[in-house]
Amino acid sequence: MKKQRCSEKINLFDLLSEEIVFIILDCLNTNPFDKKSFSLVCKSFYITESKHRKKLKPLRQEHLPAVLIRYSNTTHLDLSLCPRINDHSLFAISKITSFTLQSIDLSRSWGFSSSGLLSLTLSCKNLKEIDISNAVSLKDAGAAALAEAKNLEKLWMGRCKMVTDMGVGCIAVGCKNLKLISLKWCLGVGDLGVGLIAVKCKEIRSLDLSYLPITNKCLPSILKLQHLEDLILEGCFGIDDCSLAALKHRCKSLKVLDMSSCQNISHLGLSSLTSSIGGLQQLTLAHGSPVTLSIANGLKKLSMLQSIKLDGSVVTRAGLKAIGDWCVSLKELSLSKCDGVTDEGLSYVATKHRDLRKLDITCCRKISDVSITHVTSSCTGLTSLRMESCTLVPREAFVLIGQRCRFLEELDLTDNEIDDEGLKSISRCSKLSVLKLGICLNITDGGLAHVGMCCSKLKELDLYRCVGIMDSGILTIACGCPDLEMINIAYLKDITDSSLLSLSKCSRLNTFESRGCPLITSLGLAAIAVGCKQLIKLDIKWCHNINDVGMLPLAHFSQNLRQINLSYTSVTDVGLLSLASISCLQNMTILHVKGLSPNGLAAALLACGGITKVKLQAAFKQLLPQPLIDHLQARGCVFQWRNKVFQAELDPKSWKLLLEDTVP
Amino acid sequence: MDLKEGLRAETWAKSSLAENEMSKRISSNNPCFTDFNSQQYQQKWEDPSILDYDIRINPAFQEFNQPPQNQSSLPCDPTNQIKNPFQMNENLQTNKMQDWDPKAMLNNLSFLEQKIHELQDLVHLIVGRRSQILGRPDELVAQQQQLITADLTSIIVQLISTAGSLLPSMKHTLSAATPSMGQLGQFGGVPFPPGAGLSDSIQVQNSCAKKVSNQSNPIDLVGNSGTQQNHAVEEHDLKDEDDADDGEQLPPGSYEILQLEKEEILAPHTHFCTICGKGFKRDANLRMHMRGHGDEYKTPAALAKPHKESSSEPMLIKRYSCPYAGCKRNKDHKKFQPLKTILCVKNHYKRTHCDKSYVCSRCNTKKFSVIADLKTHEKHCGKDKWLCSCGTTFSRKDKLFGHIALFQGHTPAIPLDETIKGLAGPSDRREGNEATSKIGSTNFNFGSSVPNGTGVSDMDAKGES
Repeated sequence: MKKQRCSEKINLFDLLSEEIVFIILDCLNTNPFDKKSFSLVCKSFYITESKHRKKLKPLRQEHLPAVLIRYSNTTHLDLSLCPRINDHSLFAISKITSFTLQSIDLSRSWGFSSSGLLSLTLSCKNLKEIDISNAVSLKDAGAAALAEAKNLEKLWMGRCKMVTDMGVGCIAVGCKNLKLISLKWCLGVGDLGVGLIAVKCKEIRSLDLSYLPITNKCLPSILKLQHLEDLILEGCFGIDDCSLAALKHRCKSLKVLDMSSCQNISHLGLSSLTSSIGGLQQLTLAHGSPVTLSIANGLKKLSMLQSIKLDGSVVTRAGLKAIGDWCVSLKELSLSKCDGVTDEGLSYVATKHRDLRKLDITCCRKISDVSITHVTSSCTGLTSLRMESCTLVPREAFVLIGQRCRFLEELDLTDNEIDDEGLKSISRCSKLSVLKLGICLNITDGGLAHVGMCCSKLKELDLYRCVGIMDSGILTIACGCPDLEMINIAYLKDITDSSLLSLSKCSRLNTFESRGCPLITSLGLAAIAVGCKQLIKLDIKWCHNINDVGMLPLAHFSQNLRQINLSYTSVTDVGLLSLASISCLQNMTILHVKGLSPNGLAAALLACGGITKVKLQAAFKQLLPQPLIDHLQARGCVFQWRNKVFQAELDPKSWKLLLEDTVP
Repeated sequence: MDLKEGLRAETWAKSSLAENEMSKRISSNNPCFTDFNSQQYQQKWEDPSILDYDIRINPAFQEFNQPPQNQSSLPCDPTNQIKNPFQMNENLQTNKMQDWDPKAMLNNLSFLEQKIHELQDLVHLIVGRRSQILGRPDELVAQQQQLITADLTSIIVQLISTAGSLLPSMKHTLSAATPSMGQLGQFGGVPFPPGAGLSDSIQVQNSCAKKVSNQSNPIDLVGNSGTQQNHAVEEHDLKDEDDADDGEQLPPGSYEILQLEKEEILAPHTHFCTICGKGFKRDANLRMHMRGHGDEYKTPAALAKPHKESSSEPMLIKRYSCPYAGCKRNKDHKKFQPLKTILCVKNHYKRTHCDKSYVCSRCNTKKFSVIADLKTHEKHCGKDKWLCSCGTTFSRKDKLFGHIALFQGHTPAIPLDETIKGLAGPSDRREGNEATSKIGSTNFNFGSSVPNGTGVSDMDAKGES
């Protein structure tokens, strides 16, 4: 019977052309294990799968050649999980994928030099995207090597601090088709390099010049770029009002402009700039000069504006009113951490901009229910509302949010007065996918039950320090939200293993934070490990009852685990050694784990081939052999030695007192 | 005024007569004063140190200043001084007057008259002041006299140029004008002492010591002003060497085009001694050389650089044409762009139409046809660190980038040592961090706060406590 069935299946698939199988494979995206199991069915499936895969995200550079040979159609190579990529690997990549490779991400890797880059750019003629961010030791020679990629369209080179104008000049001349370039933090690049990019690369659509020491000299040529849509000038202190006033050229194509933290630009410069870029859709002026009447009036000319972000700036009442008086209808407004946002101003803005989709009023501590009433009554189409720490908003106001804003997808109510009534009302937002309720001390299981029952699309739930929540609340969430990917139950001291058992049904869970839940044990963790195979991030700090028994299933089932915090647990050498079998594991924090011996730690670290960062008690520095530390560092591991005092007991009460002291 | 007008009428009416009279007057005046002059000069040149000489004079000079009657005689001095060259120059003019425009001449003369009036006012002012300040007269007097002599010389030069415009020979070659100007300068210089002497003739006879002190100062000052002029002229020469072509737009015909021959341009010397024939590159050097040919060339006036005409003069502007046919600087070219000075002509001709025979001894690649260019280059040779892929080097980065922006396919060339370094050691991130923190005089603080912080660690920082 079995044999027959098998042959039938193969026959069936033989009838299908490769393209159709590919289309089927395209649909297997939700779980990374699906394709793996598909490829393990039989040889032909194996071959089909290896032909189908276009994107590769390998974990170790040792296996790169073999992996690349297997997946011969790879176009996108993401090496962000390989901390160390040497020139040999790059030579291998350039040899094997010389015709197919279109995109490579080296942003988290180091250990290669300009010669490796040169071989890559010379042989991979189809290379269109390179991300070389964080290559802080890359010099002009490396930039010159990049310039050999003649078909390059996108280049990210943030934090390449050693590259100067000369290197960027080479890229400008070599890569004529460049559409995107990010030079953020490339402190060696000035007016000349940027100016040459603007002169030579006429196809540029997106330009990130954040924190560059550029001045007004390169601005005219940048604004002459015909297709420029995104321009990011964050933290460019060299640009001032005078230079902007001198701009004569009109840049019609520009849609997105970010001038955050440009301290030397006032309303004068802005108004002259806005008169030359009429088609702007998105403007970011975070941490800039105070938003006064004159600034708001200067921005009036931007008739296409849809989004404005003023995070961290001082906002005056007149400025807000003037924003409300604009004829355009904003879709997105961010006033996060803006000083001076009052009920009057915010209400006025909200009643004028009725099409608002996203509103960020994080830390606007002066607003009260008046603002919320106006916002909810006029902006009924809101999809995202972030109002962390709006401490004056009373609990009744949150009922209004649920009643009127039915389309909310993202809601951040961290540190607010919301209670169960509010949660019940909010549960009407059936599209809700992100809900943050951290430090909402008034909510209980009853309120959360409503959310669990109605918000089936919930993906992220933050219950950090919601001390009123117990097992039954988590149970309703686990049952009602099967798509849950991230949950934070940190410092919920009443949570037991039963919550973890129920959460183990959420098979898509990738981030689980249960720090400071003293009641959970290895049993609960084992259930999570078995049920949530996609787990990537795990924080079990302060869970005293978790020991090696929990580690063994974790090591066996959670093969995707990348980051773990084991501080203050009862794990010993055995548990840690077993964790070393997780090939993805990169980041470990192991502070004050009593059962750990230096030898056990050394063995575990040696066994963890892919480890990139370990946070350890400083005492271990002397106890671990120096050659071992050197060896691990050479492999790409970074040690962070901490000298934290052992805290005998978790004390949420004193924490609460501290919090009340700091918040007036 | 009366005197002047009378003079003018006289000279115009009966030029020959005036000439005769003047020459007679000069000849009658000159003997004694030139004698005195030469004596004075001998004294000066023979004296081991001029400083000594000055000290010796000073007491006498103060003595001279104190008597009031002497002061009263002073205002007369300048006018007299002026009148004399005036007359003489007029004579010279009339001498060679062939074709001239009386109206233009009238303009020039009235201009001169105005200038003289100004000078007169100045002297009056000085007289007024002198009666007030008696404390430190020598310094003041020196300054004042310097002022007056400077004004006087400019008046003289204007006179000469006015006269020169009448001379047919001057219209065609400038070289011809220079010697004549020199001559005139000499002429102009000589009358100073006699002018001063005339008014003080009684004193001259009375006390020899006083006379010497009185005379010595103006002469000294003339010498001073002469050297000053030399400086000024040299500076001007330097400016010319820059060959500044500021693209001035003179309407064609508004200027006179001169064209030197190739041989003339390339001739090493342009100033020749009329006595021994020795050639010099600079007129100043010639004048220094001339001193060896006799005492008459040692007078401050003879040593002084002849003035060029001031810009206010409505003279026809001179521009130069390159003799090389087909050159844009040649007057037959469609878009002819004239050259401003002879020096421009020389530099232009050498740079564009001659072999580059001077090779830089440092780099052995750069060649120049003008030696000054070579010297300028040698100053910076080796410092050119901005290199283009085409092999051109630049001393400034912005120049290199301007060059690259202009030409297709040219790219900045990364210095070889850096390339080798980049190839040799696989780059280590930690090294990089250190290096950048060294470089970072900037205020930004990156991951370096973490001891061994790599990019990865910085990036993963979120999500941990």
